[in-house]
Amino acid sequence: MIRFAVISGKGGTGKTMVTAALACLLKGNLVLADCDVDAANLELLFSPELIRTDPFTGMKCAVIDPSICVLCGECEAYCRFDAVEWKDGMYSINPYRCEGCAVCTYVCPASVVSMQPRQTGEIKYSKTSCGHLVHARLLPGAGNSGLLVHAVKKIAMERDGTCDLFLIDGPPGTGCPLISTISGTDAVLVVTEPSVSGIHDLKRVVTVCRQFRPRILVAINRFDLDAFQAGEIEVWCRTEKIPLIGKIPFDPAVIQAVREGIPVTRAGTSPAAQAIQILAANLEQELKHVGNSR
Amino acid sequence: MKLAIASGKGGTGKSMVAANLAYTLALTEPVTIVDCDVEEPNLHLFFPATATGKDVTVPVPAIVEFACKHCGKCSEFCQFGALTVLPDRVLFFSELCHSCGGCTLVCPKGAIHEEPKRVGVLELSAPLPGLKLISGTLDAGSPHAVPVIRDAKKQAAGDPEVILDTAPGTSCPVVEALDGCDACILVTESTPFGLHDLQLAVDVAARLGVPAGVVINRSDGKDKATLQFCIDHDLDILLTIPFDREIAAIQSRGDLLCRVRPEWQKDFLAIFLKCRALPGVE
Repeated sequence: MIRFAVISGKGGTGKTMVTAALACLLKGNLVLADCDVDAANLELLFSPELIRTDPFTGMKCAVIDPSICVLCGECEAYCRFDAVEWKDGMYSINPYRCEGCAVCTYVCPASVVSMQPRQTGEIKYSKTSCGHLVHARLLPGAGNSGLLVHAVKKIAMERDGTCDLFLIDGPPGTGCPLISTISGTDAVLVVTEPSVSGIHDLKRVVTVCRQFRPRILVAINRFDLDAFQAGEIEVWCRTEKIPLIGKIPFDPAVIQAVREGIPVTRAGTSPAAQAIQILAANLEQELKHVGNSR
Repeated sequence: MKLAIASGKGGTGKSMVAANLAYTLALTEPVTIVDCDVEEPNLHLFFPATATGKDVTVPVPAIVEFACKHCGKCSEFCQFGALTVLPDRVLFFSELCHSCGGCTLVCPKGAIHEEPKRVGVLELSAPLPGLKLISGTLDAGSPHAVPVIRDAKKQAAGDPEVILDTAPGTSCPVVEALDGCDACILVTESTPFGLHDLQLAVDVAARLGVPAGVVINRSDGKDKATLQFCIDHDLDILLTIPFDREIAAIQSRGDLLCRVRPEWQKDFLAIFLKCRALPGVE
C-alpha cells in the first residue's frame, strides 16, 4: 500500500478539491481519509453512505468535586494551563484549557480532583463511489486534533490495509495535526497558490516534511492568477529538486462543482478538470517510483 | 478592544481582513496586530520591517543522572508518554512533552529539574507609524503552537487596540487565540465549504463566549445560503468583498487593498465600529 497525503501549508489552496478529483482518477483501489479533522470537507464532495461511527476520546480531563473541595487553591497554583477557575466561591476546571496532565490530582491534599474520560469527537467510516472514506468530527474547541488524525489513519489502515493506495486529505499548517498526517507517508503533494503567502507557506511546510521521509511533490492551483509568482514557484521547485507535477488554472467550474457537491473531474471537461488529469497521470508515474524504491 | 479574525476554513482571507483593518486604523490611532497563525504566519509579508526577535521557550525536564534511581515514577505519571525509564537511563521525547511540570513534582529524589527549550520565536516590529506588529512563528517541526500563541498575546497585553489574526480550524490554536477576546470577525467565502466551516467557527466562538460578526470574502453573488445562516443565527454581516481579479492580484503580491484603493478604508473602519457595537461587546 502506498500512503499518500495532499497538504498545503496555507489553507484554502484547493487540497480537498484536488484530493477528490485524484480519488476519481487514480487507478487501483483506494481508501480515503480526511485528516483535516478541524474542518473536514471531503465528504461534501462524495455524499458518502455512513457505515459506522465510533466515539473518539482524547486526553482525559480533570474534574473537581465541589462538594468535598477544601478550597486550598493548590490545583490553581500548580496548573500551568490556567485551567482552574475560581467562580462563585468554588474552583472548577475549564475543559477548553485543561490539557489532561493530572498535576492537579497529584497536588490536591483532599483528593477531590479526578481525571475523567471525555469524548471530544467522532470517527466516521463511510462508503463512497471511489472507496471507503474515514472522516472525523472534532467537537468545536476541543484539543487533541493530532491524536484524532492518528486515530483516523489507524482505522483506515486496519480496515482497508489491503488497498493499493491510501489517499489522505491533509490539514493546513505545520503543527501537530500536519505532523501526525505526514508521519509514515510515502509521498506528499503540496498544493500551493501563486501569492506571497502561498510561497512562504510552501517553503515552511517543505522544511517540516523534510524532517520526515516522504517524497515531496508540488502542484500550483490557480496558477494563472499571478504568472509572476507562479514562475517564482517553478524556479524554486527546480532549485530544490522538487518535482512540479501540475498547474491548475483558475476556473469557475471548480466552485460550481463544489456547489453541486461533486469532484470537478466529474462535472464535464473544464480547463481545471483537464489540468488535474495531467496532474493525476504525472502522479501515477511518481508513485510508481515510490512503490519501486520500497 | 481585543478583536480576533478567525475562520474555520483556511484561505478565506483572514490575514487580508486583519492587515487591512490594522492598516486603516493605524492611520488615526495606535494599533497592535498579533499574528497568532504561528504555524504559517503571513502578516509580516504585508508589513515588511526590521524586527527584533525574542525566543519562545517552554520548560522541559532535564534528568540529573547521578541522582536518578530509575524508579519509574516520572514515566508512570506522565500522561503524554514523554518519559521512558530504562534500568540504566531515562529517555525523554520532547515533542510529546506538554511542560506541565508533573515529573519534577513526583520524582522522590529531586532528580528532575527544568530547562527552557525553544519552540518558536516572536518578531516585534513597527512597520508603520502607529502600528505595532507581533508575529509569532512556530519552529519548523515543533508541534507546540499554543505556547507561541500565548506569548505573542502576552506581548500585546495592555495595548488599547489589538487585532489578532488566528489559524484556520477549530481546535487548540484557535481557542488559545480567541480566549479573552472582546469580539471576533469570522471570514467566510460563498461556497459550501466556506459555509460548513463557518458553522463550526460560530460554534467555537459561542462556546468561548466571544461575540461574532461575519465578513464574506470573494463573493460571486451566490451568497444566499450564507446570508440565511447568518439571519438564523443572529450574526451581523460586517462586510461583503466581491471576487475581483484586481483585489486578488493586490493580495497575492503582498500589497494592501486599503493602500492601493483608499476608497476601501471607510468599509474597514466601519467593520471595526460595527464590532464595537456587537451585542455582548463591552
